[in-house]
Order: sequence, then C-alpha cells, then structure tokens
Amino acid sequence: MLGLTPEEWTAVALSLRIAIVATAWALPFGIAIGWLLARKNFWGKTLLDGLVFLPLVLPPVVTGYLLLISFGRRGPIGAFLYDYFGIVFSFRWTGAALSCGIMGFPLLVRPVRLALEAIDRRLEDAAATLGANSVLVFFTVTLPLALPGIIVGVVLCFARALGEFGATITFVSNIPGETQTISAAIYTLTQVPGGDAAAGRLVLIAIALAFAALIASEWLSRRAAIRFHGE
Amino acid sequence: MIVLALDVEKRLGTLMLVVRFEAAAGATALFGPSGAGKTSVANMIAGLITPDRGSIVLDGTVLFDAGAGINVPPHKRRIGYVFQEGRLFPHLSVRQNLDYGRRMSGRPRDAKEFERIAALLDIGNLLDRRPGMLSGGERQRVAVGRALLMRPRLLLLDEPLASLDAARKREILPYLVRLRDDAQVPIVYVSHMPAEVRRIATTVVRLDAGRVVATGGLELLQDAEADAL
Repeated sequence: MLGLTPEEWTAVALSLRIAIVATAWALPFGIAIGWLLARKNFWGKTLLDGLVFLPLVLPPVVTGYLLLISFGRRGPIGAFLYDYFGIVFSFRWTGAALSCGIMGFPLLVRPVRLALEAIDRRLEDAAATLGANSVLVFFTVTLPLALPGIIVGVVLCFARALGEFGATITFVSNIPGETQTISAAIYTLTQVPGGDAAAGRLVLIAIALAFAALIASEWLSRRAAIRFHGE
Repeated sequence: MIVLALDVEKRLGTLMLVVRFEAAAGATALFGPSGAGKTSVANMIAGLITPDRGSIVLDGTVLFDAGAGINVPPHKRRIGYVFQEGRLFPHLSVRQNLDYGRRMSGRPRDAKEFERIAALLDIGNLLDRRPGMLSGGERQRVAVGRALLMRPRLLLLDEPLASLDAARKREILPYLVRLRDDAQVPIVYVSHMPAEVRRIATTVVRLDAGRVVATGGLELLQDAEADAL
C-alpha cells in the first residue's frame, strides 16, 4: 500500500509507537505538574516552571546531549536504572520515547495548567459539601472539567513526539528498526542519492498523520464541549 | 430542642465577625443587609471557612472547636448546602447531579427517595438535561434536590432566590415552604429579603456588620423594615 517499502513501514510504525508511549507516560506527570503549578505555592516553583519549559527553548540537540550524558549507560541516572532495574534507554526505542516525551512535555503541561486555573473552585467546594473527599473531588469534578485542556495538551504532545528529531537523534542515534523514526528516515533518505521518492512518500505520511491528529483533537474537543453545554 | 449551636469569631479583612446563636428544628433565617457576613457564617457552618475562635455543634456532634483542635472537614459534615448560584456540575446531567452525594458516600441507590424528592421539587422531567440547558428557577430546584438527596443533617440555603427575577422567586417559594413542612430537615435560610424570610422562617437571627443584633420571631422583620424606612 502506498508503495512503501518494509523499512519505511517500520519507520512509520516505530514513530507511532514512540509517540504513543511518550504521550502516555507524559500524561500523568503532565497533569500532576500542571496541577502543582496551577494550584500550589511552594519554594522553587519558578524553577520547576522554568525546568518544564526548558526543552521548548533549548536547542533540541542540547536536550538530546543532556539526556545522553545523564541517561546513557554510563550516565548517573542511566547507570542507576540499569544496575537496579535493568532499564536501558541509550540507543533503544525506549530512549526515543523518553526524549520525545520530554520534548512534548511543555506543550502538554501548559494547556493542562491553564485549564486547571480556569476551573471554578466553588464547584469543588460544592462537591466537598456533598461528601466528596479531596481525591474524589479531583477525579469527579476537577479532572473532567479540565478535560478540554487535557485533550489539547495530549494532541500537542503527541504531534511534537511524532515529529521530534534533534533530541532523539542526538540521544539514541538513527538505527533502522530501533530508533529510526519517520523524521530520521527522511533525513537519512535526503542524504543518499535517489532517496527523494522514498522521502516524498514519508513526507506525505507525516502530513497525513499531523492532519489526523488535528482532526481527532477537534472532534474530541467538540464532544467535550457538547458534554458541558448540552447539544 | 437545639439543633445547631454556633459561637464563632473570624476576622475577614476589615470585618470582624462575632456570631453566636442557636437554631432549633424548623427554619431559622440568618437575616441582614449585604455585607453583614451572612454567607461567611454559612461557609463556616459548612466547613468551607475555618473560624479563628469558637465552636460549632450540630445535633450534639462537635463540628468545630478551636480550643479542642476539632475541625471536621466539609465532606464529613453532611450539611446540604444550596448556594446562591446553584453550582450544579456542568459536566454532569441533572440526574447525575442529584445522585452525586449518594455516590460519594457509597450508599446504595434508593429509587423511592429519588422519586419522592424529584416529585417534591417537580424536576422529574429535567433528569436527562445538562445544567446549561436549565432556566434559573429549574437550576435552583435541582440544587435543592441535590442537597436533600445527600440526606443532610442540616439544610443550608444561601440566598437561593437572589439570582432569580420576581416571577421565578414566586415559582420557587412554594417548593421551599413545602420542603420545610415535609422534609423534616432543619433549615438555615440566609437572606436579606424580608418577604422571603417571612414565608419560610420561624425563627430570625438578625445579623449586622458581623454581629448578631437580635434573635427572635418574625416580628424582627418589621423592626428591620422600620429601620430601613
């Protein structure tokens, strides 16, 4: 189908897997950090805020290099994870998911935080008077009301993860079948003579995936809006 | 019999709230001009604001005692609170809103109780709607139903009619009177409107500038009206 070679299909499937895994892991942390930033005042809040948004403003290569020296097999975090849990990030697709998740993280946190800040806290008070403890209030009132913002964040994070290039290639290199995503494959194809046709096919796939993500977010947001305000 | 005994102090900006009163079964009005601190008193009863000093006792249970360090959190107080603006959950249907208190306390469904309250407030035909699709009067009736269905030990109504026009007020008042007579839950009714208070309350606690200036029967309303003239 579409005249894609098995190698190209592998890159597409790998990109999707990496983006989905990256977003799924980023989501709970994104909600937790968004909630902390929206609701709590604590020492070092400005620092945390800056840290979360750093990947957005740093050159991706720098983020990738920082990941390499900290999460690589000899890096302090990487060595710890390998020694105690047998987890390896470097030159694996899991490492690509890590770098994609970190690059997408600020795009996830920001809309989540804004959505949480926009919630009418008096509704949470009302829930408390009706017998809901703070955990139940969070899951039955806060989270559903923040859903439109969470959807926006998930889609942005997913799209960013799908297209991530600089940090990923620096951290886990460009290994076909393991870390070669669509972006990395396109880059490789543009470096070899006669690779234009294959690169063009992957470019079309990338455009199609981006559109699909946008349409999906639009559809989900509209459904959420209907749930809130009636038909 | 005393249902609610309140003796609290709280500084709120420039207002010093010093409020002490006791409420018996039936409906007690917390009556006074805007800014007298009525809503703050209601919030202290519900546990949404913590008094600086004093105690709150409901049905012999201490909800708050500054000296003894007791402060029961709002979700354990079982006080049905109807807010001025209703505060229905916009993401839930009317039925889910009504059912919220029961779900949170993990009680089994009680269809009879549900139908009785829905009939009392005439909201049976609204159950599948979203709060966004309700009129102001309907919204307040659902809010009252939601508070009642959590089986409260006390029903706290904070200016439940304030956001409604005259016609809507006339529409809801009979339901509130019926509620007082049928529901057998003590009511604290917060309002600055003598006409509403006269219809609903049996006892009046008059509040002004953060202090209780008089406690008694409906005759206090006449004094208030006379003062206003």
